[in-house]
Amino acid sequence: MNAPIGRVFVLMIVLFALLLVWTTRWTVFDAKALRDNPLNARTVIDEEKIDRGELLAADGTVLAKSVSGPDRTFTRTYPQGSLFAQTVGYSDVTTGRDAGLELSDGNYLRGVNTGISAIIGQLGGGTQVGDNVYTTLDPKAQALARQLLAGRAGSVVALVPSTGAVKVMFSLPTYNDNHLCNTCAGISQFNSATQAADIPGSTFKIVTVTAALDSGKFTQSSELDGNSPRIVSGVPLENDSNQDWGQQTVSTALTYSINTIFAQLAQDVGRPTMTEYMRRFGFYSRPPLDYPPDELSPSEPHSLTTNRPYPPASPNEDIGRIGIGQGGLEVTPLQMAMVAAAVANGGRLMVPHLTDRVVNPDGQTIQTIKPRLYSQVMKPSTAQAVSKMMLNVVEEGTAKPADTLGVSLAGKTGTATLVTGTNITEPWFIGFAPATNPTIAIAVTIDRTDDGYGGTTAAPIAAQILKLLLAEQNG
Amino acid sequence: MSVRNRELVGLIPASLLVTAGFAGVFIQRSNALSNISLTYGAIFLGLCVVGHLVIRATLPYADPYMFPLVALLSSFGIVMIYRIDTTLARQQAQWFVLGLILFAATIVAFRDYRKLERYRYTIAVISLGLLILPRIPGIGYQVNGAYLGIRIPGLFVFQPTEFAKIGFVIFLASYLRDTRQVLVLGARRILGVTIPPIKHFGPVLVIWGLAMAILFLLHDVGSSLMFYGALLSILYVATSRVSFVVVGLIAFGLGAWYIGAHVPHINARVQEWLHPLNANLYHDVHTGGASSYQLANSLFAQAAGGMFGQGFGQATLTIPGTHSYLLPAPSTDMIYAVITDELGLFGAAAVLITYLMLIARGFKTAVLARDSFSTLLAVGLSAVLGLQVFVIVGGVTRVIPLTGVTLPFISYGGSSIIANLVLVALLLLVSDRARRPA
Repeated sequence: MNAPIGRVFVLMIVLFALLLVWTTRWTVFDAKALRDNPLNARTVIDEEKIDRGELLAADGTVLAKSVSGPDRTFTRTYPQGSLFAQTVGYSDVTTGRDAGLELSDGNYLRGVNTGISAIIGQLGGGTQVGDNVYTTLDPKAQALARQLLAGRAGSVVALVPSTGAVKVMFSLPTYNDNHLCNTCAGISQFNSATQAADIPGSTFKIVTVTAALDSGKFTQSSELDGNSPRIVSGVPLENDSNQDWGQQTVSTALTYSINTIFAQLAQDVGRPTMTEYMRRFGFYSRPPLDYPPDELSPSEPHSLTTNRPYPPASPNEDIGRIGIGQGGLEVTPLQMAMVAAAVANGGRLMVPHLTDRVVNPDGQTIQTIKPRLYSQVMKPSTAQAVSKMMLNVVEEGTAKPADTLGVSLAGKTGTATLVTGTNITEPWFIGFAPATNPTIAIAVTIDRTDDGYGGTTAAPIAAQILKLLLAEQNG
Repeated sequence: MSVRNRELVGLIPASLLVTAGFAGVFIQRSNALSNISLTYGAIFLGLCVVGHLVIRATLPYADPYMFPLVALLSSFGIVMIYRIDTTLARQQAQWFVLGLILFAATIVAFRDYRKLERYRYTIAVISLGLLILPRIPGIGYQVNGAYLGIRIPGLFVFQPTEFAKIGFVIFLASYLRDTRQVLVLGARRILGVTIPPIKHFGPVLVIWGLAMAILFLLHDVGSSLMFYGALLSILYVATSRVSFVVVGLIAFGLGAWYIGAHVPHINARVQEWLHPLNANLYHDVHTGGASSYQLANSLFAQAAGGMFGQGFGQATLTIPGTHSYLLPAPSTDMIYAVITDELGLFGAAAVLITYLMLIARGFKTAVLARDSFSTLLAVGLSAVLGLQVFVIVGGVTRVIPLTGVTLPFISYGGSSIIANLVLVALLLLVSDRARRPA
């Protein structure tokens, strides 16, 4: 009977091998899929057991912190609530969804990048403690932005031209990240500052004038015909109030935002060159911000019929109207702030960033975000010329209402007509201060106003925020 | 070194394991090493030495590896249970003591275990009765829809299948010792298949019927498979006919398929097995009682463990802020998933290999045995032990539909630890006789 006994034993070995193969399947081959399975509550619980680091403003104001809960778990609270919700985002362990800085700085906050001590800590069964992240954000200026928007939908983005550090990023509507509610009315987790598809209007003329001057095709004293209307792409294009300006220099055209001249500039510079300069400013790609890609939209011209982006330099683009910020051009406030920053920094566009430094629980700074060049958009001389023209806009032109607020300001207004034939507009202002040797660049937009103009509605908001930021820099 | 001294030395790893394990849990719980862990280790070592002395006194020639392997598995089990629930671990330790007493009693009472043969029909009837007990209203109770236990309120909970499995193995080993020649010699070949004479094949049909009855009455695929597999192993070893096994398996398959399709509970188990990660099944939405929550969480626990495990005492067992287990029944049915979670693939493999070594000693005993009854008994006991491990671990790892049987020696449960210690006592008895110098 010995041979059959051997065979029964071999069968046992086969059965046990099956058990081992299946155990291997779950522990090794399918492990990742199982861990990521939405039914798997462990993933959530493991995440709850991480003592995430704090997110702090530049001055140390706590924007997000973890509070100890039952069974060595932690819950996340946001002391600043809706003021920073659009920027800070949230970490919602119950749905496994993170957003904003909570997502983009998630690896720091969870402590994944911490060195040997964290690994040893985990071997000992201790709680995984995350690192604290200091952001570049300025809570006072952020609060002022909220106050000045006064409940109107819109965005304010302010950054330091020389480093790309974002000081203010506020948009309305917002939400309270302590009480996520996806179905509640009047709540939006859509971050207009980085995701909006706004019509830039005349603020885009900064890009057009940069291309015109820097390419060498025009100078600031080149004269063009400013009469209105002018046929652009077969359709008449009017100046504001259909005003005839006669022959005017490029500089004057910017001061008074003369559409017909800028349409000619864009047409004469040509699609390839315009596209090249737009690319240098950051158009056609997601802003290089340290932020979740899903929450960053590229700024680019869209087909008015399909509402889909044109391929770059597409022959279907109405380049004349794009040159005045129309023609299906859709931008984010962040992108327009980058335009102002590039001019302010002598043509050197720095990569914008919200994260300033990462500090471990022992208080040691383990990483500092260094300024990086995104592109040399234009020659320094061009930047100087464009800056001078932007100063004129404030001193004599469309942004004059902002000139009385005691800030040395340079900029460009925009008033995009949202509904043709009505006074429903999207006012804009992009600019920087001080006008010479600028240290802050800004973009302000209000999504929808009745009869609001860039110069009267947006520029004063920008001026007050810049004033505060400059005072803080000097103080 | 003499056989018995080898056994004694073999207990050292088990004692070290239990001490290290308790120390690990203490460090985890209080960040301080208490000398209680050493006490626990010492008590356990003392118990095992007592068991060893019983064997030394009564079974001097018995296999020297079986008892240390059992001690290793039991000590590992107690440490795991202690890590999950300290109260259960204390109870389990008491059951282990009671188990050792019955282990010694079995050895003493059945020095000549062959007298069991005389009572084979009595044993068969008692075993049958044990199986039916859980269906008796008032004392029987259901676990996940399967009838596996009885409960006398306030007195005890008892899983009769654990004992019935031993009884059936004794019965069949004895019965087939008598009839195995007839089964083979009287067989006719029809269409190339060996068909034994009906009058002798009757009991085999009874076995099949029994397996089907377990399936039908107890709603339990796993137990049914465990019984039937062990009985087929004995039949195969007794007759050396593969055809019997093949016919037996086909008959089992057909029966299981038919009953599975008609008993909703079994059908539900199969659905859970096929689609554990289906959201509706997981949340028990319109699934007619099927819920894959347990199986899915078993897989999640194993995935969390990965190759090396999260470390002893590190796995997430309860939902934070509550005392409800994330993985239901962590100390009984699901203990293999907890082991994998904490010790990883390598820890789980070590446990499986330990079982395989124990089973190998059982089959070795069967080979050495000098009479047919002893051989068949050793085969049956080893096979039923191995299949029980396969059934529960296979269920937890989704090789087969999940059934609530215990992982021998490791799972919490008095019936399980006592019955399996008795099973090993019988194996040691067979071994002692087989290895006794002529």
